[in-house]
Amino acid sequence: MSATPAHDLLSAKVGQPWKKPPLIRRAWLRWILLIGGLVYFVLAMASMEVNWMRVWEGLDRGRQFVLAFTDPDFTSRATDIREGLIESAIMTVTSTVVGIALSIPVALGAARNIAPLPIYLFCRGIVALSRALNEIIVAILLVAIFGFGPMAGFLTLSFATIGFMAKLLAEDIEDLDRSQAEAVRATGARWSQWINYGVQPQVMPRLIGLSMYRLDINFRESAVLGLVGAGGIGATLNTAFDRYEFDTAAAILIIIIAVVMALEYLSGIIRARVQ
Amino acid sequence: MPQVIAGDGTKIWMLRDRRSQFLRWGAWLVGTLLFLWCWQRISSATEWFFVLGAPEVAADIGSRAMPPRWSYMEKLWGPLWDTLNIATLGTVFALIMAVPVAFLAARNTTPSTLFIRPLALLIIVSTRSINSLIWALLLVAIIGPGIFAGMVAIAIRSVGFCAKLLYEAIEEIDTRQVEAITATGASRWQIMAYGIVPQIMPAFAGIAVFRWDINIRESTVLGLVGAGGIGLQLKGSLDTLAWPQVTLIIIVIFGTVILSEWVSARVRGAVI
Repeated sequence: MSATPAHDLLSAKVGQPWKKPPLIRRAWLRWILLIGGLVYFVLAMASMEVNWMRVWEGLDRGRQFVLAFTDPDFTSRATDIREGLIESAIMTVTSTVVGIALSIPVALGAARNIAPLPIYLFCRGIVALSRALNEIIVAILLVAIFGFGPMAGFLTLSFATIGFMAKLLAEDIEDLDRSQAEAVRATGARWSQWINYGVQPQVMPRLIGLSMYRLDINFRESAVLGLVGAGGIGATLNTAFDRYEFDTAAAILIIIIAVVMALEYLSGIIRARVQ
Repeated sequence: MPQVIAGDGTKIWMLRDRRSQFLRWGAWLVGTLLFLWCWQRISSATEWFFVLGAPEVAADIGSRAMPPRWSYMEKLWGPLWDTLNIATLGTVFALIMAVPVAFLAARNTTPSTLFIRPLALLIIVSTRSINSLIWALLLVAIIGPGIFAGMVAIAIRSVGFCAKLLYEAIEEIDTRQVEAITATGASRWQIMAYGIVPQIMPAFAGIAVFRWDINIRESTVLGLVGAGGIGLQLKGSLDTLAWPQVTLIIIVIFGTVILSEWVSARVRGAVI
Protein backbone atom coordinates (compact mmCIF):
# COMPACT_ATOMS: atom_id res chain seq x y z
CA MET A 1 0.00 0.00 0.00
CA SER A 2 1.54 3.29 -1.11
CA ALA A 3 1.55 6.35 1.14
CA THR A 4 -1.20 8.87 0.44
CA PRO A 5 -0.40 12.57 -0.01
CA ALA A 6 -1.94 13.24 3.40
CA HIS A 7 0.35 10.66 4.91
CA ASP A 8 3.38 12.28 3.27
CA LEU A 9 2.29 15.61 4.65
CA LEU A 10 2.01 14.14 8.11
CA SER A 11 5.36 12.36 8.06
CA ALA A 12 7.03 15.56 6.90
CA LYS A 13 5.67 17.26 10.03
CA VAL A 14 6.84 14.59 12.46
CA GLY A 15 9.71 15.82 14.57
CA GLN A 16 9.06 19.45 13.66
CA PRO A 17 8.06 21.77 16.49
CA TRP A 18 4.33 22.60 16.41
CA LYS A 19 3.33 26.01 15.17
CA LYS A 20 0.01 27.68 15.70
CA PRO A 21 -1.90 27.73 12.42
CA PRO A 22 -2.56 31.29 11.22
CA LEU A 23 -6.09 32.71 11.29
CA ILE A 24 -6.00 33.57 7.58
CA ARG A 25 -4.41 30.77 5.60
CA ARG A 26 -3.41 32.64 2.44
CA ALA A 27 -0.15 34.43 3.24
CA TRP A 28 -0.53 37.27 0.73
CA LEU A 29 -4.02 38.08 1.96
CA ARG A 30 -2.78 38.05 5.54
CA TRP A 31 0.02 40.50 4.74
CA ILE A 32 -2.20 42.77 2.64
CA LEU A 33 -4.79 42.94 5.42
CA LEU A 34 -2.15 43.58 8.06
CA ILE A 35 -0.28 46.29 6.14
CA GLY A 36 -3.49 47.86 4.83
CA GLY A 37 -4.88 47.94 8.34
CA LEU A 38 -1.75 49.58 9.71
CA VAL A 39 -1.65 52.18 6.92
CA TYR A 40 -5.32 52.97 7.47
CA PHE A 41 -4.81 53.23 11.22
CA VAL A 42 -1.93 55.70 10.81
CA LEU A 43 -3.83 57.78 8.24
CA ALA A 44 -6.97 57.85 10.37
CA MET A 45 -5.09 58.80 13.50
CA ALA A 46 -3.23 61.52 11.60
CA SER A 47 -6.45 63.04 10.28
CA MET A 48 -7.93 63.22 13.75
CA GLU A 49 -7.17 66.55 15.32
CA VAL A 50 -7.24 66.27 19.07
CA ASN A 51 -6.89 69.38 21.13
CA TRP A 52 -5.17 67.75 24.09
CA MET A 53 -5.24 70.99 26.08
CA ARG A 54 -9.02 71.05 25.80
CA VAL A 55 -9.22 67.37 26.74
CA TRP A 56 -6.99 67.99 29.74
CA GLU A 57 -9.14 70.90 30.88
CA GLY A 58 -12.25 68.79 30.34
CA LEU A 59 -11.01 65.93 32.49
CA ASP A 60 -11.90 67.95 35.57
CA ARG A 61 -15.48 68.25 34.31
CA GLY A 62 -15.42 64.54 33.55
CA ARG A 63 -14.47 63.85 37.15
CA GLN A 64 -17.34 66.06 38.31
CA PHE A 65 -19.70 64.07 36.10
CA VAL A 66 -18.49 60.73 37.44
CA LEU A 67 -18.76 62.06 40.99
CA ALA A 68 -22.29 63.25 40.21
CA PHE A 69 -23.30 59.61 39.92
CA THR A 70 -22.53 59.13 43.59
CA ASP A 71 -24.83 62.01 44.46
CA PRO A 72 -27.55 62.25 41.78
CA ASP A 73 -30.10 65.02 42.11
CA PHE A 74 -33.58 63.65 41.59
CA THR A 75 -35.44 66.43 43.36
CA SER A 76 -34.62 69.90 42.04
CA ARG A 77 -35.99 69.16 38.57
CA ALA A 78 -38.40 66.44 39.63
CA THR A 79 -41.37 67.80 37.64
CA ASP A 80 -39.33 68.07 34.43
CA ILE A 81 -37.97 64.56 34.86
CA ARG A 82 -41.41 63.14 35.61
CA GLU A 83 -43.03 64.86 32.63
CA GLY A 84 -40.21 63.75 30.32
CA LEU A 85 -40.38 60.17 31.54
CA ILE A 86 -44.15 59.97 31.14
CA GLU A 87 -43.88 61.40 27.64
CA SER A 88 -41.16 58.88 26.76
CA ALA A 89 -43.24 56.02 28.16
CA ILE A 90 -46.31 57.18 26.22
CA MET A 91 -44.37 57.44 22.98
CA THR A 92 -42.88 54.00 23.60
CA VAL A 93 -46.25 52.32 24.20
CA THR A 94 -48.16 53.92 21.34
CA SER A 95 -45.38 53.57 18.78
CA THR A 96 -44.76 49.93 19.70
CA VAL A 97 -48.47 49.06 19.39
CA VAL A 98 -49.00 50.96 16.14
CA GLY A 99 -45.67 49.85 14.70
CA ILE A 100 -46.37 46.18 15.38
CA ALA A 101 -49.91 46.44 14.02
CA LEU A 102 -48.56 47.94 10.80
CA SER A 103 -45.57 45.61 10.60
CA ILE A 104 -47.69 42.43 10.49
CA PRO A 105 -49.15 43.06 7.02
CA VAL A 106 -45.74 44.24 5.81
CA ALA A 107 -44.15 41.08 7.22
CA LEU A 108 -46.73 38.90 5.44
CA GLY A 109 -45.99 40.78 2.24
CA ALA A 110 -42.23 40.46 2.72
CA ALA A 111 -42.34 36.67 3.14
CA ARG A 112 -41.59 35.03 -0.20
CA ASN A 113 -43.64 31.89 0.56
CA ILE A 114 -46.84 33.90 1.09
CA ALA A 115 -46.71 36.96 -1.12
CA PRO A 116 -46.49 37.17 -4.91
CA LEU A 117 -43.38 38.83 -6.33
CA PRO A 118 -44.64 42.43 -6.86
CA ILE A 119 -46.00 42.67 -3.30
CA TYR A 120 -42.85 41.02 -1.99
CA LEU A 121 -40.62 43.59 -3.66
CA PHE A 122 -42.78 46.48 -2.48
CA CYS A 123 -42.78 45.30 1.14
CA ARG A 124 -39.04 44.55 1.08
CA GLY A 125 -38.57 48.10 -0.19
CA ILE A 126 -40.46 49.47 2.82
CA VAL A 127 -38.33 47.34 5.13
CA ALA A 128 -35.07 48.45 3.51
CA LEU A 129 -36.04 52.12 3.60
CA SER A 130 -37.11 51.99 7.23
CA ARG A 131 -33.97 50.16 8.31
CA ALA A 132 -31.45 52.25 6.40
CA LEU A 133 -32.69 55.63 7.63
CA ASN A 134 -31.43 56.45 11.08
CA GLU A 135 -34.16 57.26 13.61
CA ILE A 136 -32.64 60.65 14.34
CA ILE A 137 -32.71 61.72 10.70
CA VAL A 138 -36.32 60.59 10.34
CA ALA A 139 -37.15 62.47 13.53
CA ILE A 140 -35.55 65.67 12.19
CA LEU A 141 -37.61 65.48 9.01
CA LEU A 142 -40.82 64.68 10.88
CA VAL A 143 -40.25 67.49 13.36
CA ALA A 144 -39.86 69.84 10.39
CA ILE A 145 -43.14 68.56 8.97
CA PHE A 146 -45.32 67.97 12.06
CA GLY A 147 -43.83 70.51 14.44
CA PHE A 148 -42.22 69.93 17.84
CA GLY A 149 -43.67 67.47 20.30
CA PRO A 150 -44.32 63.78 20.92
CA MET A 151 -46.29 63.35 17.66
CA ALA A 152 -43.08 63.44 15.60
CA GLY A 153 -41.39 61.06 18.03
CA PHE A 154 -44.33 58.67 17.91
CA LEU A 155 -44.30 58.61 14.11
CA THR A 156 -40.52 58.13 13.99
CA LEU A 157 -40.55 55.18 16.36
CA SER A 158 -43.52 53.59 14.60
CA PHE A 159 -41.71 53.86 11.28
CA ALA A 160 -38.55 52.33 12.72
CA THR A 161 -40.57 49.55 14.39
CA ILE A 162 -42.11 48.56 11.05
CA GLY A 163 -38.74 47.89 9.42
CA PHE A 164 -37.30 46.01 12.40
CA MET A 165 -40.34 43.83 13.15
CA ALA A 166 -41.31 43.17 9.55
CA LYS A 167 -37.81 41.97 8.61
CA LEU A 168 -37.41 39.56 11.52
CA LEU A 169 -41.01 38.36 11.37
CA ALA A 170 -40.83 37.79 7.61
CA GLU A 171 -37.71 35.66 8.11
CA ASP A 172 -39.62 33.61 10.69
CA ILE A 173 -42.60 33.20 8.36
CA GLU A 174 -40.29 32.03 5.58
CA ASP A 175 -38.90 29.35 7.94
CA LEU A 176 -42.28 28.00 8.98
CA ASP A 177 -43.24 24.34 8.87
CA ARG A 178 -44.95 23.87 5.50
CA SER A 179 -46.81 20.71 6.47
CA GLN A 180 -48.91 22.47 9.11
CA ALA A 181 -49.84 25.28 6.77
CA GLU A 182 -50.69 22.81 4.01
CA ALA A 183 -52.85 20.72 6.34
CA VAL A 184 -54.95 23.78 7.15
CA ARG A 185 -55.22 24.63 3.47
CA ALA A 186 -56.29 21.05 2.66
CA THR A 187 -59.38 21.47 4.84
CA GLY A 188 -60.60 24.08 2.36
CA ALA A 189 -59.72 27.10 4.46
CA ARG A 190 -59.96 30.59 3.04
CA TRP A 191 -56.79 32.69 2.76
CA SER A 192 -57.53 34.55 5.99
CA GLN A 193 -58.24 31.27 7.80
CA TRP A 194 -55.06 29.80 6.41
CA ILE A 195 -53.03 32.72 7.78
CA ASN A 196 -54.89 32.64 11.08
CA TYR A 197 -54.68 28.89 11.77
CA GLY A 198 -51.76 27.71 9.65
CA VAL A 199 -49.23 30.53 9.93
CA GLN A 200 -50.07 32.67 12.94
CA PRO A 201 -49.72 29.98 15.67
CA GLN A 202 -46.26 29.10 14.36
CA VAL A 203 -44.86 32.63 14.48
CA MET A 204 -46.69 33.83 17.59
CA PRO A 205 -43.94 33.04 20.15
CA ARG A 206 -41.40 34.88 18.05
CA LEU A 207 -43.79 37.78 17.53
CA ILE A 208 -44.28 38.18 21.28
CA GLY A 209 -40.56 37.92 21.96
CA LEU A 210 -39.72 40.48 19.28
CA SER A 211 -42.45 42.83 20.51
CA MET A 212 -40.97 42.85 23.99
CA TYR A 213 -37.52 43.41 22.56
CA ARG A 214 -38.79 46.29 20.41
CA LEU A 215 -40.54 47.87 23.42
CA ASP A 216 -37.14 47.94 25.08
CA ILE A 217 -35.44 49.47 22.01
CA ASN A 218 -38.19 52.05 21.56
CA PHE A 219 -37.77 53.26 25.12
CA ARG A 220 -34.03 53.63 24.62
CA GLU A 221 -34.56 55.48 21.35
CA SER A 222 -37.26 57.71 22.81
CA ALA A 223 -34.62 58.94 25.23
CA VAL A 224 -32.62 60.51 22.39
CA LEU A 225 -35.41 61.79 20.18
CA GLY A 226 -35.83 64.73 22.53
CA LEU A 227 -32.43 66.01 21.39
CA VAL A 228 -33.95 67.00 18.05
CA GLY A 229 -37.22 68.24 19.51
CA ALA A 230 -39.34 65.13 19.17
CA GLY A 231 -40.42 64.95 22.82
CA GLY A 232 -39.51 62.69 25.70
CA ILE A 233 -36.86 62.56 28.40
CA GLY A 234 -34.09 63.46 25.92
CA ALA A 235 -35.11 67.10 25.96
CA THR A 236 -34.77 67.22 29.75
CA LEU A 237 -31.41 65.50 29.54
CA ASN A 238 -30.21 67.90 26.86
CA THR A 239 -31.19 70.88 29.00
CA ALA A 240 -29.37 69.39 31.98
CA PHE A 241 -26.16 68.98 29.94
CA ASP A 242 -26.45 72.47 28.48
CA ARG A 243 -26.64 73.91 31.98
CA TYR A 244 -23.77 71.66 33.17
CA GLU A 245 -26.17 70.29 35.80
CA PHE A 246 -24.36 66.97 35.96
CA ASP A 247 -26.18 65.79 39.08
CA THR A 248 -29.56 66.08 37.35
CA ALA A 249 -28.13 64.47 34.20
CA ALA A 250 -26.77 61.62 36.32
CA ALA A 251 -30.20 61.15 37.89
CA ILE A 252 -31.84 60.94 34.46
CA LEU A 253 -29.22 58.49 33.17
CA ILE A 254 -29.67 56.31 36.26
CA ILE A 255 -33.43 56.27 35.66
CA ILE A 256 -32.93 55.34 31.98
CA ILE A 257 -30.53 52.52 32.89
CA ALA A 258 -32.93 51.25 35.57
CA VAL A 259 -35.92 51.26 33.21
CA VAL A 260 -33.95 49.53 30.45
CA MET A 261 -32.73 46.89 32.89
CA ALA A 262 -36.26 46.33 34.21
CA LEU A 263 -37.64 46.02 30.67
CA GLU A 264 -34.87 43.63 29.69
CA TYR A 265 -35.55 41.47 32.75
CA LEU A 266 -39.30 41.50 32.03
CA SER A 267 -38.83 40.64 28.38
CA GLY A 268 -36.50 37.81 29.39
CA ILE A 269 -39.19 36.32 31.63
CA ILE A 270 -41.92 36.71 29.00
CA ARG A 271 -39.75 35.27 26.23
CA ALA A 272 -38.82 32.29 28.40
CA ARG A 273 -42.53 31.66 29.06
CA VAL A 274 -43.78 31.80 25.48
CA GLN A 275 -40.95 29.87 23.84
CA MET B 1 -55.44 24.29 26.74
CA PRO B 2 -58.21 22.32 25.02
CA GLN B 3 -60.94 21.83 27.58
CA VAL B 4 -64.25 19.98 27.67
CA ILE B 5 -66.93 21.58 29.80
CA ALA B 6 -70.51 20.55 30.51
CA GLY B 7 -73.33 22.84 29.41
CA ASP B 8 -77.03 21.80 29.34
CA GLY B 9 -76.01 18.19 29.72
CA THR B 10 -74.00 18.27 26.50
CA LYS B 11 -70.28 18.55 26.34
CA ILE B 12 -68.82 21.36 24.32
CA TRP B 13 -65.22 21.69 23.31
CA MET B 14 -63.67 25.05 24.08
CA LEU B 15 -60.19 26.33 23.58
CA ARG B 16 -59.98 27.87 27.05
CA ASP B 17 -61.96 27.54 30.24
CA ARG B 18 -64.04 30.42 31.57
CA ARG B 19 -61.43 31.68 33.98
CA SER B 20 -58.59 32.04 31.52
CA GLN B 21 -60.99 33.51 28.99
CA PHE B 22 -61.98 36.25 31.44
CA LEU B 23 -58.35 36.86 32.25
CA ARG B 24 -57.55 37.27 28.57
CA TRP B 25 -60.40 39.65 28.01
CA GLY B 26 -59.33 41.62 31.04
CA ALA B 27 -55.75 41.86 29.81
CA TRP B 28 -56.90 43.01 26.38
CA LEU B 29 -59.23 45.58 27.96
CA VAL B 30 -56.47 46.99 30.17
CA GLY B 31 -54.08 47.06 27.26
CA THR B 32 -56.52 48.84 25.00
CA LEU B 33 -57.40 51.38 27.68
CA LEU B 34 -53.72 52.02 28.31
CA PHE B 35 -53.13 52.55 24.61
CA LEU B 36 -56.12 54.90 24.27
CA TRP B 37 -55.01 56.90 27.29
CA CYS B 38 -51.48 57.21 25.88
CA TRP B 39 -52.87 58.22 22.53
CA GLN B 40 -55.02 60.85 24.15
CA ARG B 41 -51.96 62.29 25.92
CA ILE B 42 -50.05 62.52 22.64
CA SER B 43 -53.04 63.99 20.92
CA SER B 44 -53.43 66.72 23.54
CA ALA B 45 -49.73 67.55 23.31
CA THR B 46 -50.00 67.94 19.54
CA GLU B 47 -50.92 71.03 17.60
CA TRP B 48 -53.42 69.42 15.25
CA PHE B 49 -53.36 72.54 13.15
CA PHE B 50 -49.77 71.69 12.17
CA VAL B 51 -50.57 68.02 11.62
CA LEU B 52 -53.45 68.83 9.30
CA GLY B 53 -51.18 71.12 7.32
CA ALA B 54 -48.45 68.48 7.22
CA PRO B 55 -49.05 67.26 3.64
CA GLU B 56 -48.63 70.78 2.31
CA VAL B 57 -45.53 71.37 4.43
CA ALA B 58 -44.08 68.05 3.29
CA ALA B 59 -44.83 68.87 -0.34
CA ASP B 60 -43.28 72.31 0.11
CA ILE B 61 -40.10 70.92 1.69
CA GLY B 62 -39.99 68.22 -0.95
CA SER B 63 -40.24 70.73 -3.78
CA ARG B 64 -37.48 72.83 -2.25
CA ALA B 65 -35.29 69.80 -1.55
CA MET B 66 -35.33 68.64 -5.15
CA PRO B 67 -33.05 68.36 -7.04
CA PRO B 68 -30.18 67.57 -4.69
CA ARG B 69 -27.27 69.97 -4.91
CA TRP B 70 -24.68 67.60 -6.38
CA SER B 71 -21.91 70.21 -6.43
CA TYR B 72 -21.94 70.17 -2.62
CA MET B 73 -20.47 66.68 -2.79
CA GLU B 74 -16.88 67.98 -2.92
CA LYS B 75 -17.35 69.38 0.59
CA LEU B 76 -18.67 66.05 1.86
CA TRP B 77 -15.66 63.81 1.20
CA GLY B 78 -13.79 65.12 4.24
CA PRO B 79 -16.69 64.63 6.69
CA LEU B 80 -17.39 61.23 5.15
CA TRP B 81 -13.79 60.18 5.84
CA ASP B 82 -14.18 61.47 9.40
CA THR B 83 -17.38 59.49 9.83
CA LEU B 84 -15.64 56.33 8.63
CA ASN B 85 -12.79 56.97 11.05
CA ILE B 86 -15.11 57.58 13.98
CA ALA B 87 -16.86 54.28 13.34
CA THR B 88 -13.74 52.21 12.63
CA LEU B 89 -11.45 53.55 15.34
CA GLY B 90 -14.36 53.55 17.77
CA THR B 91 -14.96 49.88 17.04
CA VAL B 92 -11.24 49.05 17.41
CA PHE B 93 -10.94 50.75 20.79
CA ALA B 94 -14.26 49.26 21.91
CA LEU B 95 -13.00 45.77 21.09
CA ILE B 96 -9.77 46.39 22.98
CA MET B 97 -11.81 47.35 26.04
CA ALA B 98 -14.49 44.69 25.51
CA VAL B 99 -12.16 41.66 25.54
CA PRO B 100 -11.05 41.93 29.18
CA VAL B 101 -14.57 42.86 30.28
CA ALA B 102 -15.97 39.81 28.48
CA PHE B 103 -13.43 37.47 30.09
CA LEU B 104 -14.24 38.93 33.50
CA ALA B 105 -17.97 38.55 32.87
CA ALA B 106 -18.03 35.01 31.50
CA ARG B 107 -18.90 32.50 34.18
CA ASN B 108 -16.16 30.05 33.20
CA THR B 109 -13.26 32.51 33.01
CA THR B 110 -14.04 35.14 35.64
CA PRO B 111 -11.62 35.22 38.57
CA SER B 112 -14.45 35.81 41.04
CA THR B 113 -18.17 35.24 40.51
CA LEU B 114 -19.02 37.13 43.65
CA PHE B 115 -17.21 40.45 43.17
CA ILE B 116 -15.75 40.89 39.70
CA ARG B 117 -18.52 39.35 37.58
CA PRO B 118 -21.29 41.71 38.81
CA LEU B 119 -18.93 44.64 38.23
CA ALA B 120 -18.27 43.54 34.64
CA LEU B 121 -22.00 43.01 34.07
CA LEU B 122 -22.67 46.49 35.43
CA ILE B 123 -20.21 47.96 32.92
CA ILE B 124 -21.92 46.02 30.14
CA VAL B 125 -25.44 47.08 31.09
CA SER B 126 -24.71 50.73 31.74
CA THR B 127 -22.74 51.32 28.55
CA ARG B 128 -25.26 49.40 26.48
CA SER B 129 -28.43 51.08 27.67
CA ILE B 130 -27.30 54.62 26.90
CA ASN B 131 -27.49 55.68 23.27
CA SER B 132 -24.30 56.80 21.53
CA LEU B 133 -25.86 60.20 20.88
CA ILE B 134 -26.20 60.74 24.63
CA TRP B 135 -22.62 59.60 25.16
CA ALA B 136 -21.57 62.05 22.45
CA LEU B 137 -23.55 64.86 24.08
CA LEU B 138 -21.85 64.11 27.37
CA LEU B 139 -18.36 63.85 25.87
CA VAL B 140 -18.79 67.04 23.88
CA ALA B 141 -19.61 68.77 27.15
CA ILE B 142 -16.56 67.21 28.83
CA ILE B 143 -13.76 67.11 26.23
CA GLY B 144 -15.04 69.60 23.70
CA PRO B 145 -16.56 69.19 20.24
CA GLY B 146 -14.80 67.27 17.50
CA ILE B 147 -14.09 63.87 16.02
CA PHE B 148 -12.33 62.67 19.15
CA ALA B 149 -15.49 63.05 21.25
CA GLY B 150 -17.45 61.12 18.63
CA MET B 151 -14.91 58.33 18.54
CA VAL B 152 -14.85 57.98 22.32
CA ALA B 153 -18.67 58.02 22.38
CA ILE B 154 -18.85 55.22 19.81
CA ALA B 155 -16.16 53.26 21.65
CA ILE B 156 -17.91 53.49 25.03
CA ARG B 157 -21.30 52.66 23.58
CA SER B 158 -19.93 49.58 21.80
CA VAL B 159 -18.07 48.12 24.79
CA GLY B 160 -21.22 46.77 26.40
CA PHE B 161 -22.61 45.36 23.17
CA CYS B 162 -19.39 43.61 22.12
CA ALA B 163 -18.61 42.37 25.63
CA LYS B 164 -22.11 40.92 26.03
CA LEU B 165 -21.98 38.95 22.78
CA LEU B 166 -18.39 37.91 23.44
CA TYR B 167 -18.98 36.65 26.97
CA GLU B 168 -21.95 34.63 25.74
CA ALA B 169 -19.64 33.07 23.15
CA ILE B 170 -17.03 32.34 25.85
CA GLU B 171 -19.63 30.65 28.04
CA GLU B 172 -20.63 28.37 25.16
CA ILE B 173 -17.14 27.03 24.36
CA ASP B 174 -16.32 23.34 24.25
CA THR B 175 -14.85 22.51 27.67
CA ARG B 176 -13.10 19.35 26.43
CA GLN B 177 -10.57 21.39 24.44
CA VAL B 178 -9.85 23.52 27.48
CA GLU B 179 -9.43 20.40 29.61
CA ALA B 180 -7.07 18.88 27.07
CA ILE B 181 -4.85 21.95 27.20
CA THR B 182 -5.05 22.00 31.00
CA ALA B 183 -4.01 18.35 31.11
CA THR B 184 -0.73 19.20 29.36
CA GLY B 185 0.16 21.32 32.36
CA ALA B 186 -0.44 24.66 30.65
CA SER B 187 -0.46 27.83 32.69
CA ARG B 188 -3.55 30.01 33.03
CA TRP B 189 -2.49 32.25 30.15
CA GLN B 190 -1.57 29.32 27.94
CA ILE B 191 -5.01 27.80 28.50
CA MET B 192 -6.50 31.14 27.49
CA ALA B 193 -4.35 31.44 24.36
CA TYR B 194 -4.58 27.85 23.10
CA GLY B 195 -7.84 26.55 24.62
CA ILE B 196 -10.25 29.45 24.64
CA VAL B 197 -9.15 32.09 22.15
CA PRO B 198 -9.15 29.86 19.02
CA GLN B 199 -12.71 28.79 19.83
CA ILE B 200 -14.11 32.31 20.13
CA MET B 201 -12.12 33.81 17.24
CA PRO B 202 -14.89 33.37 14.59
CA ALA B 203 -17.47 34.84 16.98
CA PHE B 204 -15.11 37.70 17.72
CA ALA B 205 -14.62 38.53 14.04
CA GLY B 206 -18.37 38.34 13.44
CA ILE B 207 -19.12 40.63 16.38
CA ALA B 208 -16.48 43.13 15.28
CA VAL B 209 -17.86 43.48 11.77
CA PHE B 210 -21.46 43.51 12.97
CA ARG B 211 -20.75 46.31 15.43
CA TRP B 212 -18.73 48.22 12.83
CA ASP B 213 -21.78 48.21 10.58
CA ILE B 214 -23.99 49.55 13.39
CA ASN B 215 -21.36 52.14 14.27
CA ILE B 216 -21.28 53.48 10.71
CA ARG B 217 -25.01 54.13 11.02
CA GLU B 218 -24.65 55.78 14.40
CA SER B 219 -21.64 57.90 13.53
CA THR B 220 -23.51 59.56 10.67
CA VAL B 221 -25.70 61.43 13.16
CA LEU B 222 -23.17 62.15 15.92
CA GLY B 223 -22.37 65.51 14.30
CA LEU B 224 -25.81 66.76 15.29
CA VAL B 225 -24.53 67.24 18.82
CA GLY B 226 -21.13 68.51 17.63
CA ALA B 227 -19.13 65.28 17.64
CA GLY B 228 -17.81 65.49 14.08
CA GLY B 229 -18.51 63.62 10.88
CA ILE B 230 -21.12 64.12 8.22
CA GLY B 231 -23.81 64.90 10.80
CA LEU B 232 -22.11 68.25 11.34
CA GLN B 233 -22.77 69.12 7.68
CA LEU B 234 -26.33 67.88 8.05
CA LYS B 235 -26.93 70.10 11.05
CA GLY B 236 -25.41 73.10 9.25
CA SER B 237 -27.59 72.54 6.21
CA LEU B 238 -30.71 72.07 8.32
CA ASP B 239 -30.04 75.20 10.36
CA THR B 240 -29.64 77.28 7.21
CA LEU B 241 -32.68 75.58 5.60
CA ALA B 242 -30.51 74.49 2.67
CA TRP B 243 -32.83 71.63 1.73
CA PRO B 244 -31.06 70.58 -1.53
CA GLN B 245 -27.92 69.95 0.56
CA VAL B 246 -29.95 68.01 3.12
CA THR B 247 -31.24 65.75 0.34
CA LEU B 248 -27.72 65.11 -0.92
CA ILE B 249 -26.44 64.35 2.59
CA ILE B 250 -29.28 61.93 3.25
CA ILE B 251 -28.58 60.20 -0.07
CA VAL B 252 -24.89 59.93 0.85
CA ILE B 253 -25.72 58.54 4.31
CA PHE B 254 -28.14 56.06 2.74
CA GLY B 255 -25.47 54.90 0.30
CA THR B 256 -22.83 54.58 3.02
CA VAL B 257 -25.12 52.55 5.25
CA ILE B 258 -26.06 50.17 2.44
CA LEU B 259 -22.40 49.79 1.45
CA SER B 260 -21.34 49.05 5.03
CA GLU B 261 -24.14 46.52 5.42
CA TRP B 262 -22.99 44.79 2.24
CA VAL B 263 -19.36 44.72 3.39
CA SER B 264 -20.35 43.40 6.80
CA ALA B 265 -22.55 40.68 5.30
CA ARG B 266 -19.73 39.61 2.95
CA VAL B 267 -17.13 39.48 5.71
CA ARG B 268 -19.42 37.61 8.09
CA GLY B 269 -20.23 35.17 5.31
CA ALA B 270 -16.50 34.58 4.75
CA VAL B 271 -15.72 34.17 8.45
CA ILE B 272 -18.52 31.89 9.57
